[in-house]
Amino acid sequence: MMRVLMDAIIDLLQQNALMPRADMARLLDMELAEVESAIAKLEAEGIVLGYQAIINREKWDTEKVTAIIEVKITPERDGGFDRIAARIAKFEEVQSCYLVSGGYDLLIIVEAANLRNAAAFVAQKLSTIGAVQATATHFRLKTYKENGAFHQLDSAPERLPVSP
Amino acid sequence: MNLRVANHVRDIPRSGIRDFFEVVQTMDDVISLGIGEPDFATPWHIREAAIFALEKGRTGYTSNLGLPGLRRSISDYVHKKFGLRYEPLSEILVSVGVSEAIDLALRALLNPGDEVLYHEPCYVSYAPSITLAGGVARAIETHAEDAFSLRVDALKKAVTPRTKVLMLNFPTNPTGATMTAAQWEEIAAVCVRHDLIVLTDEIYSELTFDGGTHSTIATCPGMKERTVFLHGLSKAFAMTGWRIGYACAPAPLIEAMMKIHQYAILCAPIMGQDAAIEALERGEESVATMRREYERRRNFIVGALRDMGLECLKPKGSFYVFPKIHSSGLVSKEFSLRLLQEHKVAVVPGTAFGPSGEGHVRCSFATGLDQIKIAMERMAAFVGQNQIT
Ligand SMILES: Cc1ncc(COP(=O)(O)O)c(C=O)c1O
Repeated sequence: MMRVLMDAIIDLLQQNALMPRADMARLLDMELAEVESAIAKLEAEGIVLGYQAIINREKWDTEKVTAIIEVKITPERDGGFDRIAARIAKFEEVQSCYLVSGGYDLLIIVEAANLRNAAAFVAQKLSTIGAVQATATHFRLKTYKENGAFHQLDSAPERLPVSP
Repeated sequence: MNLRVANHVRDIPRSGIRDFFEVVQTMDDVISLGIGEPDFATPWHIREAAIFALEKGRTGYTSNLGLPGLRRSISDYVHKKFGLRYEPLSEILVSVGVSEAIDLALRALLNPGDEVLYHEPCYVSYAPSITLAGGVARAIETHAEDAFSLRVDALKKAVTPRTKVLMLNFPTNPTGATMTAAQWEEIAAVCVRHDLIVLTDEIYSELTFDGGTHSTIATCPGMKERTVFLHGLSKAFAMTGWRIGYACAPAPLIEAMMKIHQYAILCAPIMGQDAAIEALERGEESVATMRREYERRRNFIVGALRDMGLECLKPKGSFYVFPKIHSSGLVSKEFSLRLLQEHKVAVVPGTAFGPSGEGHVRCSFATGLDQIKIAMERMAAFVGQNQIT
């Protein structure tokens, strides 16, 4: 399938993964079967890794905490950062784990049921890994925008109901 | 007291859009496909630049022709996008929307009785603006069979010794019609032969779909010196409320337009002008994003209209579709009124854009997909109930 169509399908999935596939087909001037098989292919090839809901934590499970943690590690002689990053990423608490440039090496995002659990994860799991030199933990206080979605919605601008 | 309104103003008919607007306004829960402006708010980087300018206290008049910096941006933009070079200091005038620029150009050009040709169905302001400027408005009908493009033979037939100006708008409101470079060559030759001045309203030119490139008559041989190139930020940049448009034309014409503009308007609002600089200099990505969205909605709405049995061209530009409604056995106005009253969907009767719009309605896809979907379901129900067999 043409690259532009794949791009367009990915764009629509990122905007709203739940959009009915028939609507996608209509928007992109494609056959429903084409869209379905394109998405199946994206999934099978691991290009689309999954679909998730964006939750407003001020409205649900408000006890849950999110920590953004900077981690400085000593790279290994034979594995670089990858092996140790993979080890950290495997913890269930870790939602995201990135290797980054700058003053530290890994940026990880941790979700925990409450503050105590988050602190325990850092103190007992993360900091005790041999290669971890230092961590700096930032707790999320409020979310304004997440994965492109705003937590406070602007109302749609008003327009005249009919205009030339 | 007898308020003796001038005859030529009194004689201008009320706008069909206005009539319709008044009915829609009295109703709740209407989904409107009757809106001729983007549903997007102005891209944030443009709004933010305007806020910054306001914070700096930029709140005064500007020079009559507009901020020199904006005129330079316009000059660069028009060169880059259309391949036309205009001198920022003498060949560009910043106006209060394309609306004002149309009025200025007509008033600057027309002597009483001069004829102005325009293609129809067309934007609602053309005929009244011509009349108000003392001209005689002469419509050239365009047809669905020609995808509403302007036929050169129709133009030739319409030209008389009194014809001074030809007004053009492609992509067209309300039909979404476009013209190719080859078609322009033919039209341009007629304009040169008959010494016509051309006003070309390019307001939808960025909203051209299917990867096609927009072409303007102004680049045809012999045309730049006889063309008033009219453009603005309302549609492509979602900036209708800022009221910024511009005219590019030979210096003597800009000078003439400026005489009217300086006394009638003084200058376009500085807030809008500051925002326009940001838009023209750095707005390309935002325009591309909105164009992509319009193109997808166009595909959706054309598919849905065809599914309900309405003949419908797939427009190559603008954000309007202009389906035929003959199969309902209703005239445009009745179709639109009943669709509104019985199913709460507002579309604009084709006749609002001139008598040749009869048998069509204009549906705008400058509305969110969710709304378009519901509107199409309701419209399908209505069309299903009104089928002549
Ligand atoms: C063809 C055409 N020209 C001009 C205008 C007016 O634009 P502006 O906001 O620049 O005055 C419109 C608005 O609907 C239009 O459709």
